Amino acid sequence: MNNDKLIIGGHEFHSRFILGSGKYSLKLIEAAVKDAGAEIITLAVRRANTQEKENILDYIPKGVTLLPNTSGARTAEEAVRIARLARALGCGDFVKIEIMRDSKYLLPDNQETIRATEILAKEGFVVMPYMYPDLNAARDLVNAGAATIMPLASPIGSNKGLATRDFIQILIDEIDLPIIVDAGIGKPSQACEAMEMGAAAIMANTALATAGDLPMMSSAFRQAIEAGRKAYLAGLGRVLTRGASASDPLTGFLRD
Amino acid sequence: MVKINGEHVNAAGQSVSQYLASTACNPIRIVIELNGEILPREKYDTTVLADGDQLEIISFMGGG
Repeated sequence: MNNDKLIIGGHEFHSRFILGSGKYSLKLIEAAVKDAGAEIITLAVRRANTQEKENILDYIPKGVTLLPNTSGARTAEEAVRIARLARALGCGDFVKIEIMRDSKYLLPDNQETIRATEILAKEGFVVMPYMYPDLNAARDLVNAGAATIMPLASPIGSNKGLATRDFIQILIDEIDLPIIVDAGIGKPSQACEAMEMGAAAIMANTALATAGDLPMMSSAFRQAIEAGRKAYLAGLGRVLTRGASASDPLTGFLRD
Repeated sequence: MVKINGEHVNAAGQSVSQYLASTACNPIRIVIELNGEILPREKYDTTVLADGDQLEIISFMGGG
């Protein structure tokens, strides 16, 4: 298990939990790093508040990899612009592509995401596209140079869990890149299930941010992700299609 | 007038560095886009804002 590393764009990570900093609070970041073991934290790129000296970067511990996202982008061009600005902020080459035309359900636009991935991968970015789990689109993302694929489990912020379970499984089985389940994971059991299926990592924000006890929930997620990963590496036991199979000896009964 | 983060500001004639000094921004935490192009930090001192310029001051926020 100690050698079980998550490798993204040539960088090694031990933790398989990614924090979406979302409506960030210092408490959330602290809990995610300390109690959930997060080594990657996403950030948004926005107009600065020029009256405010404080900056989120002041609260992120050293050694944590920053993953800027392109949220707010509606087209590939807007996403590319945001990614370049993020890189100019001097915090590395990682970028999570998020392109949404739909503001009601916040569903990612796979086609624009593929276009942006192609442009940014050529510019040397480590591109992590957020996508609707579709095998054809995922294959296009691979060809476009994506470093990982980040399918949604259910709508952003919904905490509804693995609504797209079977389609994420197809991506895990067919795509030769880390599959990171992003959006919709609401509780540790769902994170554990995704990891048992062979997901490479889990990204979450709302599940922690809206929990009753943030540090305790962060630690529950850590354990669930670790348990799911171990189960996947161990290989799950088989499931019978019908009938039963005795687990006790079928001889030496106390009769006759 | 210079359009800075969507608002008209009377900053023409100032260098980017001078304008930033009048804000609370920490220059190492921001990136600047001038008329759609990223402005490298080493040019903040020598770039003078002119009427009609569009300046975007960008930083990281919680998100994702």
